[in-house]
Amino acid sequence: MSTAVPRLPDHQLSALAGAYAEAVAAKRRQLYIGLALFILAYIIAGIVAEVRPTTFFTNLWRFTDYIGRIFTLEQGAAAGRFVLFDVVEWMWGFDKWMKLLWETLLIAYVGTLIGAIGGFAFSFLSARNLTPNSTIGFLAKRWLEFFRTVPEIVFALIFVVAFGLGPVPGVLAIALHTFGALGKQFAEVAENIDMKPVDGLTATGATWSECMRFAVVPQVLSNYASYALLRFEVNVRGAAVMGFVGAGGIGQDLVEAIRKFYYSDVSAILVLIIATVMIIDLATEWLRHRLIGLDQRS
Amino acid sequence: MTMPAAEHPLRSAARADRDGLMQRHPAIFHPSPARRIRAGLIIALLVGLFGYGLVVLDFDPARLVSGIGKLGHFLWFMLPPSTGTWAKFFVYLHALAETVAIAFLGTFTAAILALPVGFLVAKNIVPNVVIHFLSRRIVDTIRGVDELIWALIWVGVVGLGPFAGVLALLCSNFGLFSKLFSEAIEAADRKASEGIASSGGGKLHGIRFGILPQVLPIFGSQVLYFFESNTRSATIIGIVGAGGIGLHLAEQIRVLEYQHVSALILMILVTVAIIDQVSTRLRFALIGERAAP
Repeated sequence: MSTAVPRLPDHQLSALAGAYAEAVAAKRRQLYIGLALFILAYIIAGIVAEVRPTTFFTNLWRFTDYIGRIFTLEQGAAAGRFVLFDVVEWMWGFDKWMKLLWETLLIAYVGTLIGAIGGFAFSFLSARNLTPNSTIGFLAKRWLEFFRTVPEIVFALIFVVAFGLGPVPGVLAIALHTFGALGKQFAEVAENIDMKPVDGLTATGATWSECMRFAVVPQVLSNYASYALLRFEVNVRGAAVMGFVGAGGIGQDLVEAIRKFYYSDVSAILVLIIATVMIIDLATEWLRHRLIGLDQRS
Repeated sequence: MTMPAAEHPLRSAARADRDGLMQRHPAIFHPSPARRIRAGLIIALLVGLFGYGLVVLDFDPARLVSGIGKLGHFLWFMLPPSTGTWAKFFVYLHALAETVAIAFLGTFTAAILALPVGFLVAKNIVPNVVIHFLSRRIVDTIRGVDELIWALIWVGVVGLGPFAGVLALLCSNFGLFSKLFSEAIEAADRKASEGIASSGGGKLHGIRFGILPQVLPIFGSQVLYFFESNTRSATIIGIVGAGGIGLHLAEQIRVLEYQHVSALILMILVTVAIIDQVSTRLRFALIGERAAP
C-alpha cells in the first residue's frame, strides 16, 4: 500500500531544508569541537601517564605468557601441564586458603556491621527532612563525605601502623569507609520517605527519637538492609586485597604468590577468590530480592 | 518540635479511647509472637556471628585502646598539613596529575573498548544462548579481579610506573562497562528499531538509528559517574608501584611523616571533589538533572 505524500512548493521546501541543514551542521560542529577537546585531553593524559604503546605491544607476549604460566603446574607428577590435570596438586593449600577466605569474609562482615550501625545513626542526623537542626545536619554530611572519599586501603595503611599487623586494622578500615558510604545511601533513602507518619507522631507530642523509631524506621528498614547487603558484597572484594598492606585476609598470600612467582598458587588463590565473590554476589542478590518482595507484600 | 503547654486534643482523644484503640488494632499493640521470634532469631544470628568474628579476628580490648591512643597521637602530629618544602609539593602535584591521567585514560579507553562488547553481550542483539552465557561469564570474571591485583600483574608485564596503572584500571573497568552497557541496551525501547525494520532498514541500521541514540547518553552518564570513583581507585594503585600519588602516600605513612600524609590526603580530597563537580555538571548536561542518579 502506498500513499502519495503531498509535496510542498519548492520555495517553502528550500527554506525548511536550509534550516534543517543548518541545525544539523550546528550539531555536527558541536560534536567535532567536543571530540577535538576530548582527543587533546587524551593525548595530554597519555603523556602525563607515560603511556608507551611500543612497550605494550613488545611486552604483550609476557602477559599471555604469564596467564599461561599461572595455569601450569610447577611440581608433582603432572608438572608442566594444565592445572586441571592434577587438581589436588594445584589446590595443595586448599585448607589454609579456605581458612584465610573465611577470615576475609569475617573481616568484611564485622566491618560492614560496625559501619552500618554508624551509618544508621548518622542517616537520621544528616537526612535533610529529619535532621534535628541544620548545623548538625551539615556537619554530619561533611563527616560522612570525608570517610567515604578516603579510600579504605589508606585507612588500612595508617591503622596497620597504629594497631599492628593482622585483621584488626582491616576491619576498622572497612568499617570507617562503610560508615561514610552507607551513611550517605541511608540518608538518601530517609529523604524519600512519606512524611505523614512523622507529622502524625509529632502531633501526638512524640519526641524526636520516638518519631524516628516509630515513624521512620519501619519505612526504611528493608531498604537499609538491602543497601547494607550490597555494601557487604563490595566489602568482600575490598577485604580480599586488605592483605596487600598487611591488614589480614587472603590478600597477604596472594601478594606473596605474585611477588615470589609461585605461578600456580596465583591462579589457585584467584580462582578461589573469584568463586567466593560470585557466591556472595548470588546469595546477597537472592536475599535482597526477598527483602524487596517482603516490602511489596506488606 | 516544641511541645505545646496544654495537651494536644488528638493526644487526649487517643488517651481517652485507649482501650478501644487497643481492641481494634491488636496487631499494632501486640505483634504476633511468630514475627517477634523471627526478628529475635535474626538479631541473635547477626550478633552471634559478630561476636564470633571479633574472637576469630583477634580483637583484644587492650590492643584496641593502645591503638586508639596511638591514632590520637598521629592525628595530633598530622596538624597542620604540610609538605615541608615547595619542591616536595610540586613532586606531589605531579603525582596527582599522573593519578588523574591514569583515571582518565583507564576510564575512557575501557568505555571505547566496552562499546562493541556491550552490544555482543546484550541478549536482544545477539540472541544466541551459548554466546550470551559465555560472554557474560568472561565479563564477570574480569570484573571479579580487583584493580590492585590487575595492577600487580601489569607491573610484571610493562614494568613499574603509571602505564601499568592505566592498564589495570582499563581491565577492571572494561568488565564493568561491558556489563552496564549491555544492561542499558537490553532495557532500550525496541519500538524505534522496529520502526526502522518496518521501513526496510537492516539490523545494523536498527542498531545505529534505533538503539544507539537511546543508549549513548546513558553510557556517557555512567562513564562520567565512574570517572570520579576511578580517580579514587587511581590514588591507591600506586601502593603496588603502578604510578600516581599512592606511592608517595604509602611511603610517607611508612616513614611516619604525618604532616605529609595529611597534606596528601587533603590534596586527594580536593581533587576528587573537583572531578565530582565537573562530572556531575557534564552528566546533568547530558541527560537532564532529574534523571541523573
